[in-house]
Amino acid sequence: MQDNEPILQMTGIHKRFPGVTALSGVSFRLFPGEVHALMGENGAGKSTLIKVLTGVYSIDEGTVTLGGSKVAARSPLEAQALGISTVYQEVNLCPNLTVAENVFVGREPRRFGRILWKEMNRKATELLRERLHLDIDVTLPLQDYSVAVQQLVAIARALNISSKVLILDEPTSSLDRGEVEQLFRVMRKLKQEGLAILFVTHFLDQVYEISDRITILRNGEFVGEYPAADLPRLELVSRMIGKEVELLERRIRGEASAADRTIPVAAAKGLGRKGAIEPFDLAIHQGEVVGLAGLLGSGRTEAARLFFGADRSDQGRLELSGAEATSISPRSALDKGIAFCSENRKTEGIIEDLTVRENIILALQATRGWFRAISRKRQDEIALEYIRLLNINPPDPEQLIRNLSGGNQQKVILARWLLTQPKLLILDEPTRGIDIGAKAEIQKLVMTLSERGMAFLFISSELEEVLRVSDRIAVLRDRRIVKEIAEPDINQQNVMQAIAGG
Amino acid sequence: MKRLVRHHLFWPLAVWAALLLFNLLYSPDFFSIVVRNGHLYGSLIDILNFGAPLILVALGMTVVIATEGIDLSVGSVVAISGAMACLWISKGADQNSPGLAFAAIGLAVLLSLALGLWNGLLVSGAGIQPIIATLILMVAGRGIAQLITSGQIITISSKPYSYIGTGSLAALPFSIFVVAAMFGIAALLTRRTALGLFIESVGNNPRASRLIGIRSRVVLISVYVFSGLCAGIAGLILSSNVASADGNNAGLWYELDAILAVVIGGTSLNGGRFYLTGTVIGALIIQTLTTTIYVIGVPPEITLVVKAFVVLVVCLIQSETFRNKIAERWRTRHYPAEREVTRHA
Repeated sequence: MQDNEPILQMTGIHKRFPGVTALSGVSFRLFPGEVHALMGENGAGKSTLIKVLTGVYSIDEGTVTLGGSKVAARSPLEAQALGISTVYQEVNLCPNLTVAENVFVGREPRRFGRILWKEMNRKATELLRERLHLDIDVTLPLQDYSVAVQQLVAIARALNISSKVLILDEPTSSLDRGEVEQLFRVMRKLKQEGLAILFVTHFLDQVYEISDRITILRNGEFVGEYPAADLPRLELVSRMIGKEVELLERRIRGEASAADRTIPVAAAKGLGRKGAIEPFDLAIHQGEVVGLAGLLGSGRTEAARLFFGADRSDQGRLELSGAEATSISPRSALDKGIAFCSENRKTEGIIEDLTVRENIILALQATRGWFRAISRKRQDEIALEYIRLLNINPPDPEQLIRNLSGGNQQKVILARWLLTQPKLLILDEPTRGIDIGAKAEIQKLVMTLSERGMAFLFISSELEEVLRVSDRIAVLRDRRIVKEIAEPDINQQNVMQAIAGG
Repeated sequence: MKRLVRHHLFWPLAVWAALLLFNLLYSPDFFSIVVRNGHLYGSLIDILNFGAPLILVALGMTVVIATEGIDLSVGSVVAISGAMACLWISKGADQNSPGLAFAAIGLAVLLSLALGLWNGLLVSGAGIQPIIATLILMVAGRGIAQLITSGQIITISSKPYSYIGTGSLAALPFSIFVVAAMFGIAALLTRRTALGLFIESVGNNPRASRLIGIRSRVVLISVYVFSGLCAGIAGLILSSNVASADGNNAGLWYELDAILAVVIGGTSLNGGRFYLTGTVIGALIIQTLTTTIYVIGVPPEITLVVKAFVVLVVCLIQSETFRNKIAERWRTRHYPAEREVTRHA
C-alpha cells in the first residue's frame, strides 16, 4: 500500500514571527495512500505547519518537495494548483450558494462564457455520490445541510481540484459520532484510491481509528514520526506534552460540598423557546455542576442560552436566586451574577483586534460602565494574575488575542468571565478543539471553583468529560430534556441509554 | 528601527514630512513664521488654521468608523449648522451683540447634536446600515440647509461670531484652540474612560460585545452624536471665516476628505482599533496637499487629478501588501530565473 517515495516531503522548516519561533527545523513526510495524523498541543505548530504548506505563510528556511520536485506555494491558490487542498475546521464555503455551486465555484463548466448549470449539477451529484457516497440534492443551498454534510462538500470541492494531498484540519470537532463514521468511510475510500491525507485532530480515539502514521510536534519542534500501531496511547500523550500525564480522577462528591440547596441560583420553570428548545424545568444550586448531555443539535446550547438571555425565551419563567428574571438580557444577567461562555469562540468570544489584557477586563469593565474605568495599573495586575492562574501562553498581556492558539484564547475568555465572579458560569463546549493538557486544566478549574461555591452549567460533546465534572446530568434528546440523572446513578451506561432513548 | 516602522504613526508622519519637505524645496520660506501686529503668519499656521474644520470632522468620523460605521452626513451637518447660526444672527437687531452670537452658536450646536442623535437612532435603533442611514441625512441635509437660508447666501457682519473663524488667541488663530479642545475631549473620553475600549470592542465584534454585556446601543448613539457635534462646530468655523452661510456649497465633499483622513491615519474601515492622533495627521496631510497645490500653482482644472494621484501614492505606501510586494521584487530582482522555476515547479 505504501510506496517507497513520499509524495510530500518537508525538511528543516523554520518559521519565525516577531518575537516567536513558530517552527524550528520541522520535518514531515507524507506517502500516497496513507492517513497521517499530525499531533501536538495547542501552539505546538500544527496550524503553522499547515499554513506554511498551503502558502498562507512564507517559509523562512527549509524545503518542500512535492512528487519529487521542489515547490514553494505563495498563496493557497498556488497550493491548490500544485495539488494540495485543505479543508479547515470551520467550513469555509458559502452557505447561501447551492451545493453544486460551492463545489464548482470559480471553475464552473462553461460554454462561450455561459455557465452550464445542468452539467454542473449533474457533475456535482456524480462526484458526491461516487467518491463520497453522499446522495443529496445539489441544487439546495449549502446551509440547509448539517455541518457534517458541509464538511463532505468541502472535501468534494478539494477533490475536484484534482488533489494529490488532502489536508483535513480538525474536521471532526463539530461532528457527532455517526457523522464521524461517515467521514471516516470516505477517508478510507480516498486512501485506497491513493490519496495522501494529512489529518489533524484532538480526539485520540479517532487518531488510532483512522491513522497509519503519526507525527508529533512540540513547541514548534519535531518530536518524531511513528507508525500508529507501534505507539501506545499514553506514550503519544506524554510525547505531546513532554511529561507524564496526570490522568484526572473523577471528582469525589458527597457531603464535602456543603452547598446551599434551598434556593437555587437559577431555576427554569417551563422555560422554552419555539423552534429551539421545548419547555423544560431545571434548577442549579450553589456549588453544583450540572452537565447537559445529548447529541449535537439536541438543544443543549439552546437551553443554556436562555439562562443568560443570549436568546430570549418565549415560554415559561426563569428565576435567579429566587427572583423572577424571565425577560433577561446578557447585560442584566451579568449584573445578577450569570456568565456565559459561548461555544463559538471566534464569533461570540474573542475580540480579535484587542490585546489579551483588554479581552480579560472587558466584561468586568462592562458591568462597571464607562466612567468607572479600571486603572491601567489594576488592569495589568489582573491580566498577569489570570495569565499565571490559567497558565496562558505566551504570558504577555499586550499580545493581540488573535495571535494566540485556540486553547489559550479559550483560557482568556474563561479569565474574562471568572473575573466578574459569577454565581453561575455557563460553559458551552469550553474544551472543544483544545489539547489534552489545557482540557484537564479547565476541568480541574471547574471542580475547584464549584467547591468554593460557584455553580456551573457544563456542556460538552465529550460524554466522558461531562461525566467527570458533573454532580447532576440533564440529558437532552430532540430539543427536550428527557431525563435528569444524579448520584449514584451517574455512569456512562445510564447516560448513553437516556441519550439513545427507547 | 523595526519597532519605529511598525508604530502606527510612522507612515502618516513620514508622508506628512515628505509633503512638507517638498514644499520647502519649492518655496524656501515655506517654514518661516513671521509676527505681524501680534499675530503669527506663515504657511504652517495657515495649514493648521484652514485644516481646523477638516480635523474636527475627521475626529468625529474616526470614532464612527471604529464602530464599523460611517457618517456620510457630516458635510450636510456642516452646512446646516453654519446656516442656522447665520440665520439667527441675521435676524437679530444688533448683529454685534455677543449674546446674539452665543445664542446662535448654542442653537447650531444643539441642532447638530440632534442631527447626530437622528443618525445614531437610525443605526442602532432601527438597525439600518450606517452608509444608508447617514446617506439619508447627507441628501436631506442639503435641502434642510437651503430651506434655512431660503436658497440664498446669508451674509452677516457680527464681530463676536467672526472671532471663531478669524480671531486669534495668544498670537495663534482661535480655531486651532477649538480643535485642540475637541481633540482633548475626545482623547479624554475614549482613553481615560472605558468608552474607547467599548467602541473598539463593538466595532470589532458586535455579537461578542453583546454577550460581554456592553450596551452597544448607547455606544453607537454616542459616536454618531459626537460626529454630529464635531461637524456642527466645523460648520461654525467655516461660516464664521467667510461671514456667510451657503447651504449649497458649505462643507461639500467633506465626508470624503474626512474618511480619507481617518484611513490615512491608520484606522481601518472594518472597525476596531482607532487612532485619533493618526486622524489629525491624516487631515493635516490632506490640508497640506491642498495648500501645496495652490503654492506650486497647479492649473485649477487639474487640481483634483493631482490630489487624487498623491492620495493614491499615500495609500500605496501605507498598504502593507504593496510594500511587501515591492520588497520581494527588490530582493529577487537579480534572479528572475529562480522565480520562473518556482512558478513552474
